Amino acid sequence: MSILQPLEQKTLSEKLFLVRFKTDTESHLKVNPEKCKECKDKSCIYICPAEVYKLDEKENIIISYEGCLECGTCRIACEFIEWMNPKGGYGVCYRYG
Amino acid sequence: MEKFDCVIIGAGPAGVAAALTLVRKGLTVAVFERGEYPGSKNLFGGVLYSTVLNKLIPEFWKEASVERHITKRRYSILSKNSEMAVEFGFEDFNHPPFNNSFTVLRAKFDRWFAQKAEDAGAVIFTETVVDDFIYDKGKVSGIKARREGGDVYADVVVCAEGANSLLTEKAGLKKKPLPHQMITAVKEIISIPKDVIEDRFNLSDNEGMALEFFGGAVKGMIGSGFIYTNKDSLSVGVGCPISAMKENNMKPNDLLESFKSHPVVKKLLRGGKTEELSAKMIPELGYKTLPKLIADGLLIVGDAGGFVNPSLYREGTNMAMYSGVAAAETILEARQSGDFSEKGLQGYIKKLEESFVMEDLERYGDVPEKLSEMPQLFKEYPDAILKMVQGYFTISDLPKDELHRQAWNGFKDNISMWKLLLDMYKARKAVL
Repeated sequence: MSILQPLEQKTLSEKLFLVRFKTDTESHLKVNPEKCKECKDKSCIYICPAEVYKLDEKENIIISYEGCLECGTCRIACEFIEWMNPKGGYGVCYRYG
Repeated sequence: MEKFDCVIIGAGPAGVAAALTLVRKGLTVAVFERGEYPGSKNLFGGVLYSTVLNKLIPEFWKEASVERHITKRRYSILSKNSEMAVEFGFEDFNHPPFNNSFTVLRAKFDRWFAQKAEDAGAVIFTETVVDDFIYDKGKVSGIKARREGGDVYADVVVCAEGANSLLTEKAGLKKKPLPHQMITAVKEIISIPKDVIEDRFNLSDNEGMALEFFGGAVKGMIGSGFIYTNKDSLSVGVGCPISAMKENNMKPNDLLESFKSHPVVKKLLRGGKTEELSAKMIPELGYKTLPKLIADGLLIVGDAGGFVNPSLYREGTNMAMYSGVAAAETILEARQSGDFSEKGLQGYIKKLEESFVMEDLERYGDVPEKLSEMPQLFKEYPDAILKMVQGYFTISDLPKDELHRQAWNGFKDNISMWKLLLDMYKARKAVL
C-alpha cells in the first residue's frame, strides 16, 4: 500500500473486531430497567466508547457486554449502572495497549 | 491459610513498583492481576516519564520494551480547517537518560516490568479478580479473590486497582467520582512503517515526537487530541471530561473519527492501518478532593489514588510508580514497629507531600476546573485568531494596510481584547 494512501476508515464494529476479547457467558454490566424507563438522557447509549448499550424496539436497554473495553465511563456517567470486573482472564485483552 | 507479608491488587506500574521494592527487602509479596497477563488491561496515551523507574532499574531502556524517546514536542491549536502550531526539538534529549521520556505500549511494557518483580521473588496471580477486602476488627487483613479458597491474608494490602476504583470506593475511602472529575480517552494504534514515521516526523532512529492538539481537535471542548510516535506505529487518540461529552451528547468514537479526519491530522496518518482500539478513564479528581489514601492495613496507590498531573505535562505512570515505592517504603518502616494501623502508615502521606507528587497535584490539580470556566479558550478564540491570521495571509489586490485592517476589525468585533489577554494570562498560569 502506498504511504500516501489515506488511512482506511473503519466503523466502530470493524475496529472492535480488531480487539482481542475472551468472552464470558454472563454480563459484568447491569442496568436498572425501572430507572432506565424514567431516564431522559440515557447517556449510556452514546457515552460508551464501544457503544455497548443500545435501545431495542420496546425502548429497553440491550447490553452487548462482549465488546466492553472496561474503561468504566458508563459507571461515572450513570449512577444506576452496576459495574463488576469480568471473571479473571475474561474480557478485553490488549495486544498493544 | 495463605498469608503473605503484603498483598498487592493490580499489576500496573504502581503495584509492580511497590512489589519490586518490597521483595528486594526480602518480604513475601503476592500480586493479584485480573488480566490474562500484566498489561493486558492497561492503557495510557503513550508517554512514560521514567525518573522513578530509572532509580528502580537503572538504564532500564537497554532491556525494557520501549518504543522511542521523546526529543520533539509539537503543540497545535486547530479550528475546523486551519492550524497554528509551535514545535520544539531538543538535541540534548537524544542522550541517556533521554530526558526520562519514552513512548511505550503498555501490553508489552507492563508485562516486562511485572516480570522484573516476579524474577525478584514476587508471586503474581494472573486471571484473578479481587472482589473485596477481608477485615479483622476493622483492619484490612487480606483480600477475597474470586476463586476456590480465595481468601488470602497479609499484614498489609496495597490497592493498585486503577482508575475504575471499585474496591477503594467499597472500602469507603473514596466517593464515586463525578463526571467532571474523569476524562474518557479513546485511542487507536495505527501501524505505519518505521522509515515512513521517521521521514514524516523528521526523526532519527529511536527518536520520537509527542504532538498535542487542542480546540477543533475535540470540537472545541476542554480536552485534547494526541499523536505519539512508537517504533512502527502511532498512538492516536482524544480525551475529554465525561461531563463535557454528556453536555454535548458526544460519542467518544465519533470524536476520535472527527479528530482523525481533520485535514492536518489526516495527512499525518496516511499509509496507516488501524491495529487496535482502546479506551480508558483518566482521574482528574482535583487536589482538594483526593481520596483518603490510607486506612488500617491498607494503602491506595496509582490511578485509584488520583495521582495524575492533568497539565501539559500529562504525568500519570511516573506518579503511580512513585506512589508505589512510597507505599512500599512506608510498609518497610511500619514493620519495624509492627504497626500497620492508619497511624502507623502516616509516613506514606508525608512521603507524598514532600515529593513532586503532591506539590504538582496542588499546583495543577485544579487545571480542569479553571479551564472549564473559560470555554471560549477552546472554541471562540482559536476560530477568531486563525480567521484573523488567514486574513493577514490571504493574498489579494487590496493594499496590505487595508487587508490588515479588515482582518483586525473582523477579530475585534468578535473578541474583547481585554478578556482575551486576561484569559491568556489565567490559562498560562493554570497550565504551565
